[in-house]
Amino acid sequence: MNNILGLFRKSGNQLETGGSAGLQPADTRQCPSCKCYETKAAIRKNKSVCPHCGYHYRIGARHRIRMITDPNSFCELFDSVRPQDSLRFPNYAQKLQDAAKATGETEAVVCGTASIDGRPCALFVMDARFIMGSMGSAVGERIARLFEYAAAHQLPVIGFTASGGARMQEGILSLMQMAKVSGAVGRHSEAGGLYITVLTDPTTGGVTASFAMQGDIILAEPKALVGFAGKRVIEQTTKRRLPADFQSAEFMLHHGFVDAIVPRARLRETLAGLLRLHAGKEAR
Amino acid sequence: MAAYQKLKAARANGRPTASAYIRQMFENTLELHGDRKFGDDPAMLGGVGWLGDLPVTYIAIEKGDSTQERIRRNFGCPKPEGYRKALRLMQQAEKFHRPVVCLVDTSGAYCGEDAEQRGQGQAIADNLLHMMQLQTPVISVVIGEGGSGGALGIAVADRVYMLENAVYSVISPEGCASIIWKDAGMVAQAAEHLRITATDMVELGVAERVIPENFEQFDQMCEQLKTQLLSDFAALSALPAEQMLQQRYARFRSIGQYQETENA
Repeated sequence: MNNILGLFRKSGNQLETGGSAGLQPADTRQCPSCKCYETKAAIRKNKSVCPHCGYHYRIGARHRIRMITDPNSFCELFDSVRPQDSLRFPNYAQKLQDAAKATGETEAVVCGTASIDGRPCALFVMDARFIMGSMGSAVGERIARLFEYAAAHQLPVIGFTASGGARMQEGILSLMQMAKVSGAVGRHSEAGGLYITVLTDPTTGGVTASFAMQGDIILAEPKALVGFAGKRVIEQTTKRRLPADFQSAEFMLHHGFVDAIVPRARLRETLAGLLRLHAGKEAR
Repeated sequence: MAAYQKLKAARANGRPTASAYIRQMFENTLELHGDRKFGDDPAMLGGVGWLGDLPVTYIAIEKGDSTQERIRRNFGCPKPEGYRKALRLMQQAEKFHRPVVCLVDTSGAYCGEDAEQRGQGQAIADNLLHMMQLQTPVISVVIGEGGSGGALGIAVADRVYMLENAVYSVISPEGCASIIWKDAGMVAQAAEHLRITATDMVELGVAERVIPENFEQFDQMCEQLKTQLLSDFAALSALPAEQMLQQRYARFRSIGQYQETENA
């Protein structure tokens, strides 16, 4: 009977729940994957990866930047580009305010320059806590400017994607950001620039269908959700249950859309190695 | 007409689908099949032919005009091989300096297990990247529904036309309604708020022209559309390739509305 009822239960949607657990002491977290309890300090010390099963928690953009770049090397760019409620979409202005308050960010992406193990690069890091990392005009503008800046200054670009896709509340303007950023990616590429994408949980929709998949090298964090259409939409369309690993980083690797899966603990050295390799002999 | 009425008109049975425009506007056509990688997608048509005395490549999303055809065409929802076929034909057009006409009519790229396995996201991403750099003029015409990334995958163009009752949207109004109001019945409100109509597109800088509809005199309507296409292609072809690409880049670069604060 339990099994039968299970079929009718709405499957947990990671995009909505964010994977957080129920009641627990304030300084501990229960891993959504292995269900083990661990202190927040221990998890944080382990780069926000569960020490027991290797589950990669979602992390904010600043946290990511601290983890990857050399101390005090990050210089933020294009923070002056801010979102606005152009279409006067219901609740959007409030949503923007709430997101800013909850995250301390002004948009769902943080851009800038930094060095990684001494190698300079341009960097964009999306923040899934800000309206699910969705892309509106300001997100598109910041990332497009970053690629233009990187092309002008001959810098490689490293981009961490985390997004539910185009931001509905800005309507068609959000969709057009996919083309806009693609254009800037193309120009940076034509100028010989290296672009590495790191797909993190979750990378979906219009971001997958544009700059997430346009890297020269595409890396992914283990078990990250990566796909185009939402799992529930596909199940509704095809009336079929999908396998558990569907649209995971591993699924994407298996089907040939990701170059390598890199655990968070090895991400910094992997990126540094790639930057050195592309800088040539003198950087070795 | 309110956005919701337009949405219904754009989806109405009996509205001409892409093949009707192809038959009416182009002469001596040859349909070209396959992406050379996996297969041939019946939802995405492509081929070569004459637009007046101009050799062109056409790409079109075909919904089908009968139940049987709709099933065969997957209701106009292309799969990755469709987008890859489109790109193959566009790059062929570039080689032979043929302008490209894209006819857009889709509720969206296909949402299915096989489409994900074959990289629906990657296929569209590739089209956006390469269409932005394609060294031949491209004009995309939204003839019915412009459904999100599935439409944009063949609409990165120098000019975008909207038919009078065509719509273009980041998400289906149904999807939007169920997310925002948890109520699929709020479609009309969602359609209104999303700004999906032809005039909205011109206002927001997403489209250049609105093409009047006259399905009773379809031949005349297509003749006007053809004249418009030929005139815009003539202007685009007169530009050096670099300048044309610069303008295409600037066209998309300028879309979007945001604030710029003094000093962050």
